[in-house]
Amino acid sequence: MQRVDQPHEEIHTTPNVIEPGHTFGSVTDKISTLALRKRTPIGWFIGFALSFAVMNVLLFTIVYLLLTGIGIWGNNVPVGWAFDIINFVWWIGIGHAGTLISAILLLLRQEWRTSINRFAEAMTLFAVACAALFPLLHTGRPWLALYWLFPYPNTMGIWPQFRSPLMWDVFAVSTYASVSALFWFVGLIPDFATLRDRAKNKAAKIIYGMLALGWRGSARHWARYEVATLLLAGLATPLVLSVHTIVSFDFAVAVLPGWHATIFPPYFVAGAIYAGFAMVLTLTIPLRKFYGLEDFITHRHLRNMAKIMLATGLIVAYGYMMEAFFAWYSQNTYEEYMIINRMTGPYAWAYWALIFCNVVTPQFLWSKRVRHSTAALFVISLVVSVGMWLERFVIIVTSLHRDFLPSSWAMYSPTIFDWTMFIGTIGLFFTLFFLFIRFLPIISIFEMRTILPQAEMAKED
Amino acid sequence: MHIKDTFPELYQLRRQKPLQLEAVREKLSKTQGKEFWRSLEELAESEEFDEFLHREFPQHASEWNEGTDRRSFLKLMGASLALAGLSGCVYQPPETIVPYVRDQENIIPGKPLFFATAMPTTGGAMGLLVRSNMGRPTKIEGNPEHPASLGATDHFAQAALLTLYDPDRSPTILYRGEIRSYIAFLGDLNRALEEQGGKGGAGLRFLSEATTSPTFAAQMQEIGRRFPNARWHQYEPAGANSAAAGARLAFGQFVNTIYDFSRADRVLSLDADFLSCGATNLRYAREFANRRRLTDGNAEMNRLYAIETTPTNTGVCADHRLAVRPSEMEVLARALAARLGAAGAASALTNGAHVQWLEAVARDLQSARGRSIVIAGDEQAPLIHALAQSMNGALGNVGQTVRYTEPVEVAPVDHIASLRELIVAIQAGQVEALVIIGGNPVYTTPADLKLDQALLDKVKLRVHLSMYHDETSELCHWHIPQAHFLESWSDARAFDGTASIIQPLIRPLYNGKGVHEFLAAFTERPDQSGYDIVRGFWQSRIAGGGIGNIPVPIAATGQTPGGTATGQGTQQPATNQNRQDGTNQGPATQGQQARTNGTQGTTAATPAPATATTAAAPAQTSAPPSADFEKLWRKAVHDGVIPGTEAQTISVSARGDLPGVPPPVASGGNALEIVFRPDPTIYDGRFANNGWLQELPKPLTKLTWDGVAFISPATARQFGLGNANNITSKGQETLADVLRLDFRGRQVAFPVWIMPGQPDGVVTIPLGYGRWRAGRVGTITEGKPDNLSGFQNAYMIRTSDALWSGVGLNIANTGETYPLASTQLHFNIEDEREIIRAGTLEEYKHDPRLAPHRDEDKQPPAPAGENRHPAEHESLYPEFVYNGYKWGMAIDLSTCVGCNACIVACQAENNIPVVGKDQISRAREMHWLRVDAYFRGAMDNPQGVYFMPVPCMHCEIAPCEPVCPVHATVHSAEGLNDMVYNRCVGTRYCSNNCPYKVRRFNFLLYQDWNTPSLKLMRNPEVSVRSRGVMEKCTYCVQRIEYAKIEAEKENRRVRDGEIVTACQGACPTQAIVFGDLNDETSRVRKLHHEPRRYDLLADLNTRPRTVYLAAVRNPNPELVNRES
Repeated sequence: MQRVDQPHEEIHTTPNVIEPGHTFGSVTDKISTLALRKRTPIGWFIGFALSFAVMNVLLFTIVYLLLTGIGIWGNNVPVGWAFDIINFVWWIGIGHAGTLISAILLLLRQEWRTSINRFAEAMTLFAVACAALFPLLHTGRPWLALYWLFPYPNTMGIWPQFRSPLMWDVFAVSTYASVSALFWFVGLIPDFATLRDRAKNKAAKIIYGMLALGWRGSARHWARYEVATLLLAGLATPLVLSVHTIVSFDFAVAVLPGWHATIFPPYFVAGAIYAGFAMVLTLTIPLRKFYGLEDFITHRHLRNMAKIMLATGLIVAYGYMMEAFFAWYSQNTYEEYMIINRMTGPYAWAYWALIFCNVVTPQFLWSKRVRHSTAALFVISLVVSVGMWLERFVIIVTSLHRDFLPSSWAMYSPTIFDWTMFIGTIGLFFTLFFLFIRFLPIISIFEMRTILPQAEMAKED
Repeated sequence: MHIKDTFPELYQLRRQKPLQLEAVREKLSKTQGKEFWRSLEELAESEEFDEFLHREFPQHASEWNEGTDRRSFLKLMGASLALAGLSGCVYQPPETIVPYVRDQENIIPGKPLFFATAMPTTGGAMGLLVRSNMGRPTKIEGNPEHPASLGATDHFAQAALLTLYDPDRSPTILYRGEIRSYIAFLGDLNRALEEQGGKGGAGLRFLSEATTSPTFAAQMQEIGRRFPNARWHQYEPAGANSAAAGARLAFGQFVNTIYDFSRADRVLSLDADFLSCGATNLRYAREFANRRRLTDGNAEMNRLYAIETTPTNTGVCADHRLAVRPSEMEVLARALAARLGAAGAASALTNGAHVQWLEAVARDLQSARGRSIVIAGDEQAPLIHALAQSMNGALGNVGQTVRYTEPVEVAPVDHIASLRELIVAIQAGQVEALVIIGGNPVYTTPADLKLDQALLDKVKLRVHLSMYHDETSELCHWHIPQAHFLESWSDARAFDGTASIIQPLIRPLYNGKGVHEFLAAFTERPDQSGYDIVRGFWQSRIAGGGIGNIPVPIAATGQTPGGTATGQGTQQPATNQNRQDGTNQGPATQGQQARTNGTQGTTAATPAPATATTAAAPAQTSAPPSADFEKLWRKAVHDGVIPGTEAQTISVSARGDLPGVPPPVASGGNALEIVFRPDPTIYDGRFANNGWLQELPKPLTKLTWDGVAFISPATARQFGLGNANNITSKGQETLADVLRLDFRGRQVAFPVWIMPGQPDGVVTIPLGYGRWRAGRVGTITEGKPDNLSGFQNAYMIRTSDALWSGVGLNIANTGETYPLASTQLHFNIEDEREIIRAGTLEEYKHDPRLAPHRDEDKQPPAPAGENRHPAEHESLYPEFVYNGYKWGMAIDLSTCVGCNACIVACQAENNIPVVGKDQISRAREMHWLRVDAYFRGAMDNPQGVYFMPVPCMHCEIAPCEPVCPVHATVHSAEGLNDMVYNRCVGTRYCSNNCPYKVRRFNFLLYQDWNTPSLKLMRNPEVSVRSRGVMEKCTYCVQRIEYAKIEAEKENRRVRDGEIVTACQGACPTQAIVFGDLNDETSRVRKLHHEPRRYDLLADLNTRPRTVYLAAVRNPNPELVNRES
């Protein structure tokens, strides 16, 4: 660990995970004030109002959808799934970074994760909430899907079809959502206690007090806490891999050319991490700027995330390459046509845009200069988010729109309600996110304190 | 029972807009007797009636429309009872109706009954068996006893059911747009008739379509006796007018030509779409297909040559097809006739592109003398028909494969001449009363003989009998709703003369009048019921020892001067005209008997359903029915055919003097030619308001809801129309250029469609579109370019001298585009997909598997039934053993002619909704069965089209089943892939994973839950699916279960052929076979073991239950060698 007084001047040295000059108190002050301050910055109101408005578009769309049927979307018979499942997979993918950061990096003792894990986990939860809307609402009769998809012993003796990947999705996503929520909440408990202790407002005291579950910070508490975190991290780790593996089975299990591929599970997981880190960057960069958190979320964090993006981006690129290779190597006419159609068919623009976004763009991250430019990283992270959305579009729409029998081929185009549904979930996501950054500690206070040099010295003592 | 069934008039009246109270009161005070109940009923549900009640209980008036406390509830109940009482206060209709007080014999609730009837078609009739569920006709099947049906039906017959229940059908008698009673009509008519009576009906004109109804003829005769100077005109926009004229040209008289394809080895079609058009297509398609069926060891096929001016189903199924311009047809026909040595033909063609082709064809035809057929299409000129007949003569086919009979139409006339006479008479002010019986002449008449408003205004009284308040009704004073053929008594003759009684299955839903009841208004007994008229007529005929001769109606017009007469004389009821002239065979005494004994009435229990009228007779003129007749009548009605009524074969001799040299072919490549065709799905426009037919994909283009102008790829390039047919991203929508067609000074606009196989320089447009008063379904509104008048209305440029084709067309691109909804977009498939397995007869003889070549290198020909790609069974788990039934289907691609009857049959049987053009363009059609069309060969010169009906494959290893998360699609123990609608949550995963894409999803609420008449139409055995549910072909599981129950009652297995799926039942060529694969003797099992059998997408190892038999064509080796 670097010395406190070492000046941060040379660009080639490893940047700090926390800028020098902070004490336990200053960290606590800085972060808890964000949640407890009386005056909410006007920018927050603007952002929240905007997100809330967009979220209401989602609510209107859902009401109209439930009243009319999914025919309001552009889905049709060869293209039975489109924006609904694209968005589902996209959001679930985004949701991966949080747990990865919290669980896997915790287990790997990557201390730099501390500054970002809280809101990355929050992001995961909100993304999973957005994602979970789609599998439910994309069904023709959501009111039945709601309970028939869950296995419960009923008098008719009818169980769900356990061979169906959609069934696995139900388990995978719901498990993931609950473990992530639990993990997040457990991690918040010491900070809730801090907020409780520092809150001046009576209502805040009560609410934070209830959420803190009586945390007093005793050694016994801390011991329990450590065990719980470790256990949850252990539980969550396989989930990071399993959720998107199972989501990829939705496609890989099908017979459709372009879906039926063994490479899907690793390729989807890598893609999910890729998308997740892109989204974390997208959120982090403005957040640290507007909330003055540059001290806590340093260049080192950004750089590390960029490296992970580069690595996963290369895995994803390998996946694209393999899809083409399989098509050629199989000598299967349908597979061959699938890849040719992707590259030259009516949706070729989506394929090439995807290649540009997901394969070409991240190559800039080889450059240190790019990795150190927040603006460049922000742009790249946005481009990758778009690219990952396009990837699902290509996989789902272009595979479905031309499969085996040319007589059944058709085109797909989204309707206004596809867009309002999609953009609406972005509204929902940001609404939740704005509430989170207003009322909860966006960075783990106690964990930040553990990575202060003072804490390090205490350990050494 | 719903009031709609028992008292349709009442129901309709209730639906009307309420009258003003004062007016009602006034009316009430005036009316007496029979009309009274109607007025009261009309009152009962009106606002005025509410008010009426208010005034009766003034102190509680305000409570009426507010909350319901106990008191007001009781009052409401009281009022309802009062209303119920009012409903009960009706006079019983004069005919005996059967109440459900006691169980009726034959009617077991829930069990369907079948009744024989017939559907009148243009120039013929199609015998039908109609299923009735508790008095509601719910499905139409063919009558195997009937010569024109042989058990099959076409899509028009299947869709007739929807027309019956069409909520847009006209419900009321209208006088200048206002509702009137039939009594009022009769009053008005009688005034006019009395006026006419003085001058023998000189100002009275009838205009009808062509008919084969003998009763109609007898009635016209009767009218003719009352009004000797009245005239009867006929106009049929798409009839076989030219065939009749051709026969007259060839033989000097109208004759009816009947071909026997069952004995023909070689067939030459001169633009004849005999496999899917006309009054005979079902029979001809069956006979033709029987000679192509390579099953049961048969290894010989007939061979079909087609010379066509536009692609038709027949042409694209032909072994050799030549696309020519209409103006070339005569030259080619003459050249061929000359080579065949036909009388009176001289060839002007000695060299040219087609000479070798023609010579090869001529040689081939010569080699099958007496076993060949030359058939000309209804759209060809009379001369071509005459040439075809002389070729048949020269080939020795007459008496072998071709025979001639007296005409079946009651008064064959030249329809154009007949129409022209009417127009001239109207212009001359001679027409005082014009009675239009059926048809829609304002819309369908040729542009130069347009029965338009200006013309009609010169007629003092115009009456239109029609099922819809259409373009013609709009311009007529009186509009009388016509009863559907399933609602009224009538009769009709098939192409060979066999007569059928058309019996109703239900009382008129919309207060319609049968055509005979309507015509009775012009006789001295206007109150005869249709039943009495038809039965009376046949009593006279059958009692007279068989049908004998059909009386010739009087006052038919439309004879050309030189032609032989068909009753030109108006008062010659009993004189026998020259039999050699053929067409009118002694109206004679039977007709008069019809008049005197005609209204023979009994209350005989005919096998009509309970809601149909079993008529009670008017008391007068009744003589006791002869027991013999009663028996014969009942048998005739029951069987659907009247024995001994076939038209007699006559011998005719061709005139050797066909008119001189052919006209010079329009020279210069730039002169475009136009071809008019009846639309393949809405015909001449009469089916425009039928959603099933509008949404039925046209056989070659798979377009729905629109008519398009066909143009060849080369001509499209020439006129810069290559940009048309842009596929949009909206599902299956195509944006087409809109073309302005200028034909001899008249203009019309059509969206353009580049059609492979269309001859260069020819534009084909369909009749039937562009209607402006068709109804909610048929009236074109949405998406119509604003600035284009007469959009898609081919009749606007169709003239009497160019009814079917003409030279002198100019086209221009309007620059507009128009969205077309197609169920299949046309793609170029570059890779090798073994979807259609096809070969020639030679190849079939070499290797009956017709396996693709690349397999041939790898493996030797496998034994029958084993030509699958993957091994039969490779699994860790033992295969499921089907101990009971094991259902399967086989579809023979050799015999499928793409007629689409199966699609509509499936739609009718399985309550499949119509989704509309917008949803089709979003690729959300709901048809459980589709017919894929695959073009073969180059775009400019396709070698033919292969049709492939695709129902659910019921795969053994169905990809849809494991992916459904809720077990909504499961495999049955009989091998069916079942759909459990109640369980379905609509994830659509099954559809995504279905390689055949046969699953259909209710994206929106497509079913019409509200329209009462459509509720009556539905098959009660099949669930009506709601929104959000996946559905697909079930192999008509309701029919399977029905047969199984019947078999179990008798403690036996289901017999082969006992279960007929809807598509199979409709198929005219019997290309679809269903049955039990566990039954050693079943037909389907045999077909599954045919060497030609193959599985669609076999390499996916889905192991479909629906298998295909490879398509085999029989090209002429001589031409094949030349082409290659």
